[in-house]
Parts: sequence; structure tokens; C-alpha cells
Amino acid sequence: MTSRDAILAAVRANAPPPAPPVPPIPDFAPAGGPLLAAFNERLAAMGGKLAAADDGATLDALIATLFPDAKVIASATPEVRGTRPLAAATAPADLADVDVGVVRAAFGVAETGSVWLSEDELKINALAYLAQHLVVLLDPAHIVGNLHHAYRDPRFATARYAVLVTGPSATADIEGVLIHGAQGVRSLTVVLRPL
Amino acid sequence: MRVGLFIPCYVDAFFPEVGIATLELLERLGIEVAYPLDQTCCGQPMANSGCQKDAAGAEALFVKNFAEFDTVVVPSGSCAHHVREHLDAIAQTPQVEKVRRGTYELVEFLHDVVKVDGFPWAEFPHKVGLHNTCTTLRRLRTAKASEIEEPLFSKPLDLLRKVRGIEFVTPDRADECCGFGGTFAVFEEPVSAKMGYDKVADHHRAGAEYIVSADMSCLMHQKGCAERLGLDIGFIHIAQILNGSRA
Amino acid sequence: MRPVDHAEASSHFIEATAHLEFHDRRLWDLRLKRDREAHRIAEWEELRNLASAIKEHTLTHLADYLEQFEAAAKTNGAHVHWARDAGEHNQIVYDILAARGAKTLVKSKSMLTEECDMRPFLETRGVKVIETDLGERIQQLDDEPPSHIVVPAVHKLRGDVSTVFARTLGSQPGNNDVHYLAETMRRNTRPYFLGADAGMTGANFAVAETGSFVVCTNEGNADLSANVPKLHIASIGIEKIIPRLEHLAVFIRMLSRSALGSPITQYTSHFRAPRSGSELHIVLTDNGRSQRLGMKDFWTSLKCIRCGACMNTCPVYRRSGGLSYGATYSGPIGIIMDPVFDIRKYSQLPYASTLNGSCTSVCPVKINIHEQIYKWRRVMAERNQLPLVKKEAIRIIGKVLSEPRLYRAAISATGLAIEHLPRFAVYNWLNPWGRQREVPEPPKQSFRSWYLKNRTGQ
Repeated sequence: MTSRDAILAAVRANAPPPAPPVPPIPDFAPAGGPLLAAFNERLAAMGGKLAAADDGATLDALIATLFPDAKVIASATPEVRGTRPLAAATAPADLADVDVGVVRAAFGVAETGSVWLSEDELKINALAYLAQHLVVLLDPAHIVGNLHHAYRDPRFATARYAVLVTGPSATADIEGVLIHGAQGVRSLTVVLRPL
Repeated sequence: MRVGLFIPCYVDAFFPEVGIATLELLERLGIEVAYPLDQTCCGQPMANSGCQKDAAGAEALFVKNFAEFDTVVVPSGSCAHHVREHLDAIAQTPQVEKVRRGTYELVEFLHDVVKVDGFPWAEFPHKVGLHNTCTTLRRLRTAKASEIEEPLFSKPLDLLRKVRGIEFVTPDRADECCGFGGTFAVFEEPVSAKMGYDKVADHHRAGAEYIVSADMSCLMHQKGCAERLGLDIGFIHIAQILNGSRA
Repeated sequence: MRPVDHAEASSHFIEATAHLEFHDRRLWDLRLKRDREAHRIAEWEELRNLASAIKEHTLTHLADYLEQFEAAAKTNGAHVHWARDAGEHNQIVYDILAARGAKTLVKSKSMLTEECDMRPFLETRGVKVIETDLGERIQQLDDEPPSHIVVPAVHKLRGDVSTVFARTLGSQPGNNDVHYLAETMRRNTRPYFLGADAGMTGANFAVAETGSFVVCTNEGNADLSANVPKLHIASIGIEKIIPRLEHLAVFIRMLSRSALGSPITQYTSHFRAPRSGSELHIVLTDNGRSQRLGMKDFWTSLKCIRCGACMNTCPVYRRSGGLSYGATYSGPIGIIMDPVFDIRKYSQLPYASTLNGSCTSVCPVKINIHEQIYKWRRVMAERNQLPLVKKEAIRIIGKVLSEPRLYRAAISATGLAIEHLPRFAVYNWLNPWGRQREVPEPPKQSFRSWYLKNRTGQ
């Protein structure tokens, strides 16, 4: 008998009396107020930054202003040129020296201040973690209310890798002191910019 | 109305004034109170250790003593909870079930059954910290527990607010267990004592002159801690305040 | 083999005053943060009910959902392995690594791998394993198990971490600055991420309808472990399955709020299929879970989502520390899980509780933890796992309390003893109550005597 068969047999043999299926989960409309304001508040609470994009300035210029010392800027979105092109063949480890990664999120979540990224938005998944800083473009019209809304997105069922990113990498494992840039990015900046 | 009065073993032995206050209070409210003379214990100390065989004797004796009563009142949350939820070391006859169902903790009884609207004889002009015991709080649910998202309510406060002169102070960790826990107090003494010390220090910092509770067992533990610490705090059972004790 | 003596371990923990005070304060703070977040959500209690119902439905139909998950995962291109126990789990992981010549493994936090004692198994077979969660790495470097399932090194102060890093990573001795220590860890770990042959994660949830699983971290270390090397192994306990994506919303809304009082972890990562050019291996593991499923009083402990809220709120845990439980799972959830692994070793754990019930009230999936602790006490008594002294004491007390005359004699004897014995006779090593507390003063008469005199005219 394979382990698989043994485990399934044991699980079947030991199953308690069946508990009924759960009815569809309600939407739980989020607490009142415009979604953008809630998103901004939560993003800040989670350690993320918000940068205003002047219509005049290009995004490349904005990033240069935000990160004047950055030498390697790798962008996964055509809206920003950056300094290091990303190809499908790029090995993740080759991104080790990236100072700033730039991506466009598919959508944001007001309840938590999160942005949604998958391999389509990241090109190389490790970009969002090996870069020292991450800049995320977000269309404010693409902010959903809460996680119930978020999980309705069909891309969860098709993306190979999908992540809800909320603020920068963080830890408080040493004496409860909050650190940004534990292993991943030291900062996360959302730039609100319609697609 | 006629009730059977159950006095927990440690109240009988160490804090008879709590039993006396309970009896007198019920009589003042026009209730006929009978005290079966051969009662001992509800079985909780043995049952809480998992020793059902050793609890059976006390549980059977409890049912025997209170079989004739539709309502049993006890000035102890943990005893009332044990009787209602865990008194099952003996066969569950209709008589056993009746006694179990009809057993009330004093605050529950006064608030829900008698629906007392005043204690005109009572006055307690002191700063008081209310200790809601874990049993009354999370099992018998006589007040909102801080962990649960629900509307605020408190049966003991409803009763105590009717007492002239009483002033409430709130400690930092009002809901945190004081560390008595029955046999825990003996077998896990280091943590038990630390919890007790923390609890009384918390009330003391909040300015409590007295700590009041519906369970003398918790108070016994807290009193022992406070005395060893040299803290000047009084310990009093809710029955005593409601019955008119001034100190 | 002596059972774990929680009380003894706790007395040492309590003696280290600075550590105790921080530990208690830090975890209570997490509990307060949890309260604040829960309070912001009007539907909090309804979410708890939903989460509990989803888990109970899934667990009672677990085999079907496991098969659905496996089929979907395989369609997605993942390999699915099944491990009956810890030994099989470790062997499967090793075989996957060995077949590909993988010598270094970076991993994110997984209580399952702790439970299986995987690291020593791999290390003795020549695989270098690097924990990448900061708390887990501190503990790995200090050769100590994690003490808390969410904040593994919460029992250490910055000076302790500094000492460990100076000894093992070559950091500046005496430099206790937390930012410096965290940066030290970041710089030390990064080369491992970049050069590792394989990455390993656990999973918080596994979704049957999509064959995907979710890993929640704040550091992003799971994402680095999974997205840099070409091989990703995920250890998943069979109880982690939930039916659908819409159910995930319920749990993700409650997990970090319950654990740390933040609305969500910094990274909530969903793995459905391997990256092109990479491999994804899932190891579905039983290790006692199917056995626990068959326990009428204890199967609902399988609902646990490993948030640690019960530990944060437990007044006993906060004052004794996770290591005093001597098991991978400590605190309230540990008490009800561990006896299944070893009933004798963990026979005293159910007594490391006041049964206050705060754990049950904060549990996002409504496990009746304190009631299960109570039930385990009955199991211990029935299976003769109580220490002899305790067993005898309770037997005698039970006898005295079942006979009115014996009881009355005992009361007057106790009262006389307390009143007349010298202090040293009452307060000594035989009387644990009296170590740090005063014993109550015996009254002039018992209630019964008063009643006889004042109400029956006797």
C-alpha cells in the first residue's frame, strides 16, 4: 500500500460525522469612506510610502528624485525605462545588485493597503525581493474594497505565482523592535498613476 | 421562593462570613433558604484534575443533599459552573439532571432570576476593583469578556452600581486570570504566585482599596499574595457588599 | 523517561526577571494589538464562525479535498508526495534534494519541519540547511528550538542575540543595536539565497479547487527561498486544506490580525505552479493528523491555523516561555496537540493551565482549547499518567469530601493546625501554597457551625 493510499484510508476511516458545507461567503462591505483614502492610510500604517506623480515629470525622473543614489534600476513595466533591461531569460540571482525595482500592480486592496503582483507584473518574481527598494505603480481606479473582493479576481486561479505585497519587508523578531528591510526590500513606494 | 444553599468547602472552612452574607442577603430578599447539613463539596477539586473516579463520591453526595430543590444557589462561579457543565462522574439520572440544571451562581441568580432592583441597606464608600473570575466571565458569561467583540454588559456591575458610595477603579489587565486555577495554585506554584502578585499589584496601582469578586477562591489566593507582598488591600466577596457590609 | 516538568522549567524562567518582564509585556502587547484590529471589524465574530465552519466541513471531508488538491496541483505541473510520518517526510525531502545534487537549502519557517526534526536529518546527510526567518535563524545559530510559533526568539533580549551573532556570524561583540543586528542577518543570509540549490517553505493554507498553497511572511524570506533557486519544496500538513479561494479571504483577514495585530502580513504569497524552468514539489504530511482526526474530543484541534494568538493571551505561557513545554507546539494549542505525539512525555502539560479560557476566546477558528485541556486531564487520569503523589493526594481528598463526618473532622483539624503550629511548620517545602503566599487564617467557627447556632437553635 502506498503512503498516499494509507493516508487517505486512515483519513476516511477516522472522519468525524460530516459537517455541512459553508454557504457562499458574504462580501462584508468595508467600513465607510472612499477606498483611496483607506488604502493610503493602511499602506502608511504597514510602512509603505506614497509618492505623488506630477503629470509633468516622467516616472523615470520621479524615481531619480526618490532614489538619487540608485545605480541599477530594473523595471518590469514599459512605463519606466530604468537602467537594467529584464528579459525572460534573466536568472533571478542576476538581480542581486538592483537598487530599485519598478513594477505595475494589477490592483490594490483598501482594507489592507496591499498591491497584487504576479509573474506577469514582475517578469522575474525575485525582482520584488532582491531589489533594495521597490516602486509600485497603481491605478487608483483598480483598488478593491477588501480581501473578499480581491479573492474574486480570476487571476488567482491562473497565475503561477501571485503575491499580495503590503509595505516593505519587515520583522520585529528582536525585542519587538520594528525593522524594515529584513530580507526583502527596505522600502516600498506606491505611485498612483492611471494605466 | 425556596432555594437550597450550597456553601463551597473552602468558604465553610475559611470564609464563613461569605456564606453568612449570602444567606442573610437571600433572606432579606424574601427568599426561604435551606442549608442541607450534610453537604461537603461539588466535586470540582478532583474533577478538575481529571480524576472522575475520585470525584464521584462528592458528586453523588451533592446531588443527594440537593435533590429536593428546584433551585440551588452557591456564592461561587467555579462551583456553579462545575455542577452545570461537568458534574458527570455519576450516572445522569433525571434527578441528577434536575439538580444540575437548577444550580445558579449568586450573581446570576440575583440578576436573572430575582431581578433585584435595589439594595437599600447597602453602602460601601470605598474604591473597588472588580475581579471578574475566569469562570464567571468566560463560562457563565456574567460580563463581556475583553476578547469577544460584543456589546458591553456586566451583571456584577449592574448589581454593585446599586450600592451607595461605591466607586470603581479599573486595573490595566482587568480580564487576566489571577492564577488561582484550583490545584494549579499548588502544582504550578511559581507561575501561580507570579500571576497573583501581578494581579494585586495591578489593582493596587489603579487605586483599589478593596478587590471584590464572586469567587472567594480567587480572592483567597490574591489575599495570600497581597499579604506576603505587604500590600494594603482588602478582599471582599460580592455577597458581603450587597448584604450591607461596610468594610 | 520523565515527563516534561513545566512547573520546574517555569521557575527558572521566572527567576530571569528582565527576560520575564519583556516576554510577558511583548506578548500581551500583541494580544492588545489583536483586540484593536478585531474591534475595527464589525463582522469579526461572524468571521470566526465562518472560519470554524469551513475548517470543520473540510476536515470531515478531508480525503475528498486532499484528492481534489492533488489532482489540481498535478495538473498545474507540481509533483505531489505523501508522507505518513516524520521519518518518511524527511526521507522524501532528502531524496528530492539528493536526486538533483542539491547541497544547500534555504528555508522559511515551517512548524511541520520542526515537528519532523528535519534539519538534523538533512545535515547528517550532507545538506546545509539555512533558516531564513530571523527568529528561526537566531534559534538555529544558538542550537535551541523556537519558543513561539510566530516570534521564535521572543524569549531572548537583544544582548542574547548579539552574543549569538558575535559567536557564530562574527558580528561586533557588545553591539546590541537591533538595526545593526538585523542588518548583520540580512547581509549574512543574502549570499545563501543567491547561491542555494533549493528552497523550502511550509504553507499556511492549501486550496483544493486550484491546487495552490499560501505562505504568509513579513520578511519576504519565503518568496526569496521559493523564487531564486530552481527547486521549491513545500511541506504541507494535510489539515491545511481549505476548499475554495473565497474561503481564503476569511482566513487571511484573521491570521495576521490574530497573530500580530496587523491587518495582513507584508507578504501573502500564492504558489500554484512552478516558474518556467523550475520544479515545485509538495510533500503532503500526516504525522499523527489522521490519528487525531479520529479522536472525538480532540479532532477540532486540527482547525488550527498557527496564528499563536492563544500563546499571546495565555497568562501561563507569557510567564513561563514556550521552551518550558518541551515540545514543538507550546502554549494552549501545544497542550492539546502534544499528548498525541507522546502521552507520557507530555502527561503533565494539561496541568500547566488555569483553564481560564482566554485562549478559546481569541482562537480565530473557535477551537474549544480550554475544554480540550480539561478533557486531556481525564485521559491522563484514566491512562494512569498522573504522578503518584498527586494521584494519592486527590484520592484522599476525594474520600474526605465524599463523607460528611470525615470532611468536618478534616476542617477542624486543619484549622487547629494552622492556628497552633509554629510558622515554620506551616510554611515549609511541604506546603507549596506557602512559598510565596500567606495561608488563610482559620475562623472561629465554620459556616455550618454558625448555621446550626443561628438558624436551627442548636
